[in-house]
Amino acid sequence: MNIRFSGFGGQGIVLSGYIFGVAAVFDGKQALQTQSYGSESRGGGCRSDVIISEDEIFELAPPRLDVLVALSQAAYDAYLPALREDGTLILEDDLVDTGNGSGHRTFRIKATDIAHKKFGRKIMANMVMLGFICAIVEAVSREGLERAILDNVPKGTEEMNQQAFEEGYRIGKGEPG
Amino acid sequence: MDKQGYDAIRKLLGESPAFVQGDVACAYGAVLAGCRYFAGYPITPATETAESMASLMPGCGGTYIQMEDEIASIAAVIGASWAGEKAMTTTSGPGFSLMQENIGYACMTETPCVIVNVQRSGPSTGQPTEPAQGDMMQARWGSHGDYELIALVPNSVQECLDLVIEAFNLSERFRVPVIVLTDGEVGHMREKTVIPEFDELKLVERETPTVPRESYVPFGGGEAAVPPMGFFGLGYRTYVTGLTHTEKGLPATSSAEEHTKLVSRLCEKIRQASESLVRIEERYLDEAEFAVVSYGITSRVALNAVRTLRRRKKKIGYLRLIGLWPFPEERLLGLSKQVKGILVPEMNLGQVYHPIREAVAGKCRVAHLPKIGGEIHTPAEIVEAVQKLMGGRRR
Repeated sequence: MNIRFSGFGGQGIVLSGYIFGVAAVFDGKQALQTQSYGSESRGGGCRSDVIISEDEIFELAPPRLDVLVALSQAAYDAYLPALREDGTLILEDDLVDTGNGSGHRTFRIKATDIAHKKFGRKIMANMVMLGFICAIVEAVSREGLERAILDNVPKGTEEMNQQAFEEGYRIGKGEPG
Repeated sequence: MDKQGYDAIRKLLGESPAFVQGDVACAYGAVLAGCRYFAGYPITPATETAESMASLMPGCGGTYIQMEDEIASIAAVIGASWAGEKAMTTTSGPGFSLMQENIGYACMTETPCVIVNVQRSGPSTGQPTEPAQGDMMQARWGSHGDYELIALVPNSVQECLDLVIEAFNLSERFRVPVIVLTDGEVGHMREKTVIPEFDELKLVERETPTVPRESYVPFGGGEAAVPPMGFFGLGYRTYVTGLTHTEKGLPATSSAEEHTKLVSRLCEKIRQASESLVRIEERYLDEAEFAVVSYGITSRVALNAVRTLRRRKKKIGYLRLIGLWPFPEERLLGLSKQVKGILVPEMNLGQVYHPIREAVAGKCRVAHLPKIGGEIHTPAEIVEAVQKLMGGRRR
C-alpha cells in the first residue's frame, strides 16, 4: 500500500505521513516513510510518502500510488499522474479544483474549514483529514492511528486532536454529526 | 555499560521497535554505544541528530554543546575524547568541509571519535534538503597528508543505529576517527527500527595503559600498533600534538625518520587490519555473470533492480559496500574474476567508481551510472543500464 500526502509546508503533511507509519508499526507491519520539501519552512511544496507492507520493503519511491492525498492545487497537478487508475484520490475540497474530474475514486472534505469552524484552529485540519482517510482507506487500524496521534501531538492538545480525528472519521463513514 | 545503565537508556529511548528517522537512529546508536559528549552545529539534513542528542544527553549524564561552527565542534569532540569520553559530532557537506583539518588532527593524535556526515547535494551550500553521495572521496582524502581512517555507509534507519555503534567500537579499537556517511534520504526517512537488547549490545572500550607511570610510552609500539591511550585524568603524562612526534609525543618536526615511522604506523594499523574491516553484503551472486555494486540509499534501489532482473532469469548479482574505507579491494578483485561486468550507480559524477576500477584492474568491464540533483536512481534506470552493460562489447 503506497500513500502520498501532499500539499505545502505548514499543513502537517510530514506529520501525517509519520503518524500513518507509526500506526503501521503498532499494527505489526513494515513501514517506510520518506519526505521531500524545499528550504522554506512554510509555503513551499511538500510531500510525504508512506509504504506499508507485511513484508520487507524494497521500494523507496513508489512508482504508482494507491492513494493520493492532495491538500493543494499544485500537489494535485504534480502528483495525479502517479496515481494508479484504480487508486483513491482524497482532496481538500476548498483548495483543489479537479476541473472535469480525473476519473478516479474521489473523496472530498473541507478539512480546513471544519477545523476552523468546529475547533477554532485551522491547524487541526490534518487530524480531520487523517480521520477521514482512516474511514476510507484500509491501510492501518483505527486503533493504531489513534494511538499514534496521541503519542505524537503536543501535550495538552490530545483531546482536541482526538476530536478532530473523530470528526473526520465520522464524515468519512458518512455518519450523521 | 552495565545492565542498570542500559535500562536507564532504554527508558530514555522509549519503545522498540521504534518508527524514527535515520538521523534520530544515529543518536540512539551513539547513546547505546556509550557516547556521552556531543558537540555540533545545526545543518540540514543532519540537524535531527543534534536535536536528539540535545534531548538525550542530559538524561544519561552526558554533555551536549552547540558550538559556534563545525571547526569548533570537531575540536571540542577531540578534546572530550582526550578527557576520556566517547564523543560524536554530526554535520553535512559544508560543515564536513570545515572539519577536514581537525579530522587530520584526530588521525595524527590517534583520537577516537565519530563523525556522522548526512550528505547533501553540493558543492558549497548546493541543495540543502536534497540527498547526495558527493563526499565519499572527501571522507577518505579530505585532510592533507597521508592517513587512514574508517568510513561506514548505512542504507537503512536500522543500519544507522547499528553502524554508529560499530563506528564507536572501531574508533575505540583503532584510535581513529570513524566517519558514518549517510545522506539526506536515509537521514530523513523513517522505518521500523529495533533497539538492541542489553545482551545483544557488544561494546568496545579503548585500551588504557597498565604500566607504571614512568615507563608509559604514549605513541609507541610496533609498526602497526594501536598504543594504549593514557587520556587526561588517568595520571599518565601525555603530550598531544598534531606536529610530527616521537613515541613520547614530543615534537620532532625535522626528522624524516620519526615522521616516516609515525605516519607509517598510523596507516599500517588500519591497512593491516583491512581484512577484518571488510563489511559487505552479497546477494544473488551465485552464477552471476554481471553485478551491480552500490552503497547507501542507492543500494536499496539497486537491490530492487537486481530482483527484477533475476525474475527475468538474468544472471545478475548484488554487492553492497557497507564499509567503504578502507576499501575492500580484494573482494572487488574476486568479484571481477567471476563476472564479465560491474555497474556502479551512485549519486555523484564518479567517486566510488574509481577505486572499483582500480581494484578490478581491467579484469572485467566497469560501467558507471551517475545521478545528481537530489534524485535517487529509479530501479528502471538501473535495469536499463545493466542491460546495456550486458549487451556491450569489451573495449
